[in-house]
Amino acid sequence: MFRARSIQSSLSFKDKILSIDYVLVISIFILGLVSILAMYSTDGGEFKYHTNSHILRFFVFFGMFIVLSFIQIRFWHSQSYLIYLTFFILLLGVKYFGLTSSGSKRWLDLYFMNLQPSELMKIGLILFLAKYYHRTSIENINRVRYLFLPIVVLVAPVILVATQPDLGTSILIAAGGLTVAWLAGVRVKFFTFSALAFLALLPIAISFLKPYQKSRILTFLNPERDPLGAGYQIIQSKIAIGSGGLFGKGFLQGSQSYLDYLPEKHTDFIFTLFSEEFGFFGSLFILLLYAVIVWRIVRIGNITRSNFGKLYCYSFATAFFIYVVVNMMMVLGLLPIVGSPLPIMSYGGSSMMAIMLGLGIAMSCKLYKDTPVN
Amino acid sequence: MLSPSSGNTVIKSKLISRRMFLLTAAKAVVTFGIIGRLVSLQINERTKYKTLSDKNRFREWKLAPERGVIKDFFDKEIASNEQVYQVHLIPENSKDIEKLFVRLKTILNISDKKLFYLKKIIAKQKPWEPIIVSDNITWSEFSRLNLFLHELDGVKPVVSVARMYPDNSSAHVLGYVSQVSAKDLQTKKYLKDLHVPGMSIGKTGLERKLDEQIIGKIGFQRYEVNAFGKRIKQIQINQGQAGKSFKTTLDFEVQKFTNELLKDKAAAVCVMDVYNGDIVSLVSSPTFEPNEFVHGLDKKYWNSLIKNEKRPLTNKTIAGLYPPGSTIKTLVALSALENGIIKPLDTFRCKGKIELYGEKFHCWEKDGHGIVNLRKGIQRSCDVYFYEVARKLGVDRLSETAKKFGLGKKVLNGFIEERAGVVPNTKWKKKFIGQNWYLGETLHSGIGQGYFQSTPLQLCLMTAQLANGGFEIKPRIIYDEKNNNLKSYIEYKNKNPNDPLPTDLLVSNFELKPLFKNQEHINLIKDAMFSSSNEPGGTSYRHRWENKKFTFAGKTGSSQIKRFTEAQREAEVKQESLPYKDRDHALFVAFAPYEDPKYAISVLVEHGGSGGKAAAPIAKKIIRKVLERHELRQRVNNLLGETV
Repeated sequence: MFRARSIQSSLSFKDKILSIDYVLVISIFILGLVSILAMYSTDGGEFKYHTNSHILRFFVFFGMFIVLSFIQIRFWHSQSYLIYLTFFILLLGVKYFGLTSSGSKRWLDLYFMNLQPSELMKIGLILFLAKYYHRTSIENINRVRYLFLPIVVLVAPVILVATQPDLGTSILIAAGGLTVAWLAGVRVKFFTFSALAFLALLPIAISFLKPYQKSRILTFLNPERDPLGAGYQIIQSKIAIGSGGLFGKGFLQGSQSYLDYLPEKHTDFIFTLFSEEFGFFGSLFILLLYAVIVWRIVRIGNITRSNFGKLYCYSFATAFFIYVVVNMMMVLGLLPIVGSPLPIMSYGGSSMMAIMLGLGIAMSCKLYKDTPVN
Repeated sequence: MLSPSSGNTVIKSKLISRRMFLLTAAKAVVTFGIIGRLVSLQINERTKYKTLSDKNRFREWKLAPERGVIKDFFDKEIASNEQVYQVHLIPENSKDIEKLFVRLKTILNISDKKLFYLKKIIAKQKPWEPIIVSDNITWSEFSRLNLFLHELDGVKPVVSVARMYPDNSSAHVLGYVSQVSAKDLQTKKYLKDLHVPGMSIGKTGLERKLDEQIIGKIGFQRYEVNAFGKRIKQIQINQGQAGKSFKTTLDFEVQKFTNELLKDKAAAVCVMDVYNGDIVSLVSSPTFEPNEFVHGLDKKYWNSLIKNEKRPLTNKTIAGLYPPGSTIKTLVALSALENGIIKPLDTFRCKGKIELYGEKFHCWEKDGHGIVNLRKGIQRSCDVYFYEVARKLGVDRLSETAKKFGLGKKVLNGFIEERAGVVPNTKWKKKFIGQNWYLGETLHSGIGQGYFQSTPLQLCLMTAQLANGGFEIKPRIIYDEKNNNLKSYIEYKNKNPNDPLPTDLLVSNFELKPLFKNQEHINLIKDAMFSSSNEPGGTSYRHRWENKKFTFAGKTGSSQIKRFTEAQREAEVKQESLPYKDRDHALFVAFAPYEDPKYAISVLVEHGGSGGKAAAPIAKKIIRKVLERHELRQRVNNLLGETV
């Protein structure tokens, strides 16, 4: 107890600055710059609304990330449940006061920005479960009564988000939560059982799906089913990426996006745009940046001493990885179009905010890697 | 809670790391999966997707090329192009098509039927493809349209060019153009990458024959378009290439003159240069208005055309089949001479009829011609004489000569409407009718009746080949400045009148194909034709030209439609009193001037009665007209000859 306190108190500001993971910071910064380039291209090579607001958001939230890095890991640990609860209340708020856009209710109007609490919940759930499993002793982890709370805190927001409806985000939230449980040592059989239960409930779930969601899944199975309707997005995205070739069509030369063949080019299909303009090597570069980011977060998990930190970093890295690959596989036609942004690259304040929050907590694990959390 | 957990914490931390390792492995797999997908899309299939992307990007609008013009021998345009005012509509640019049509109807004169048809087309094609609402509106309509244009979104006034025929005298030989039909697209390969909505193609005559070259090369405008089909910018424009223009051998003045002469008659006239086969005039009557076909045919007009018993749509000069009648007698006589069957002075007695094989064969002269030799036989067109000659000659030898002179086969190239006709012989009958030849039929063939079928152009060619001294020529309509071997032969012959030229020398020196064994025989026939036209008793004596410049030598003919009954023969029924449909076709062939033959002519008047009365007077006038213009023509020929 004393030793821990002494270590903590011995950390000077200079030490903290020095222990920041600069590789991670620089990677994120480069990715941010790349995302600004891409956004500039979606605006047809002009500084218009999307580009300007993306630049603003990136720098604001990047700053937030740096600032959050200096917050003690102990704070994150102690406030985990509260943070989760706050996000959950915001989610509930969406249900009653949310803004509706194109058929789904996802946003809260905060006057200065439209907040999408489901994005924040991605981090909130990981934080909650990391603390929960940090506190649960290894003997108890696989006891059924200790599974009760995790299931509730996972399923409740997932259902709330899924009924907004926002299938993509709800799946990503669940993925993050499941990752924590898996890392904490929950037995494979529980995952198997829940998977079976989920499959059993699937027909019922499908009956709740909106027609457009059903159509998306069918379209994924056969994109040419309706080339001008639901399959349009996948086909056009594949055309854009494929036509980029090895070196791409060149910056601002992506005809698919420039001529509006590409849907949602600011958000879900930003990778498509980039890939069309910068080709195979450009795509590899983006993949490499993401790989470095994931690797650096995992590395923080490796060196941080608390299990809370480990659980959080590993889970967040994995979740981050899942966000990236789900988006990429989606635009590459390997997954149905479920609507999931590409972290940092995609236009969207809440997503950016959530990712930067997540990164900030991870960086705090680095800065206070030797600090016990309780 | 704190101290006992320290060992616990380590175990837990190891568990976490172990599981994280598994996750990391899974991540690597997924990452390689994504890279694999990128390789497949961006490297392996990049050409496919590049093509697809370009297909997205570019859209082409085709531009119809300007059709080449057709000129007559004197470079006068006989099928030209004129500026027309059109209304095009791009459906996707219009907010409310129904409303637009209502508005258009008040400005232009569009029938409900046409509107219905337009809507059907709109439903069928892509919304950005323009349709032609009206392809020929008047100037006043056009200016009214421009006035109201601001409230007609999607409508585009267009100034375009379309086929225009200054005159309908050459309607048959030129043919007409009309919209491309589905069948045209299937059958005509050259239209495959050439088709533009609203483009016209040649359907008959020269327009059809020359279509592939005269139509030109299609132009296009390539635009970059966005996902909504809106044109972003023009990438490329290719105006295409106007079609090739053609100069013909026709004389527009003669065409008009002839057409006027034949007005209201069902008739056909061919005029041909006897040396090079240049067709100076080719007129079929009654004619039709070819301009009516260019902008969509009026149903009423179409019906009036197909119901007309004079068949205005048929080009009678090449698609009308008629028994050659007595005009064939020139060839019967020639064949008999060439085969040594008769000598010019051999005589027969004509008593008005002969009885052979149990059948009566009448001469048109009921009282008979008395003693008849070859010259008189042709001059008076004595049937009995030719019955006798044909009987001795036999149909097979006759058919051989007739075919040599161009009968029974198509003589022009590439006119789909042209028909070959029939030159009967024993083999032909066996093959096509399945019966043996009766000797009586030889006699009918001898006066050009029976199975004989020929076109006026074939008869003209036959006459031309007699007139030029018996050499083969190939009729042509498209002007060809190639040297004329026959002309150089004639020049040679005029300089060395006493030089005998054996056949093999004709072939080797002048590349001429003689159609005779002995040219003297040809001269005998020409002389007999002269007497027929210019000596008292000749069948066309009444319509001769005294002026040597125009003097022609001809042969009349009337081809029987219906055999006379004995009763009619006894009653001496005149042709004029028969119902129109039963009257004989009147025929006349001639060449002129007799002393120095230049042109051959054939005239046919359907149901005109006797050739001497109905056809010869027409020929007489045309011969004069053509010969009057001969020097002019010659000058053009020399002029063109010099420049080459």
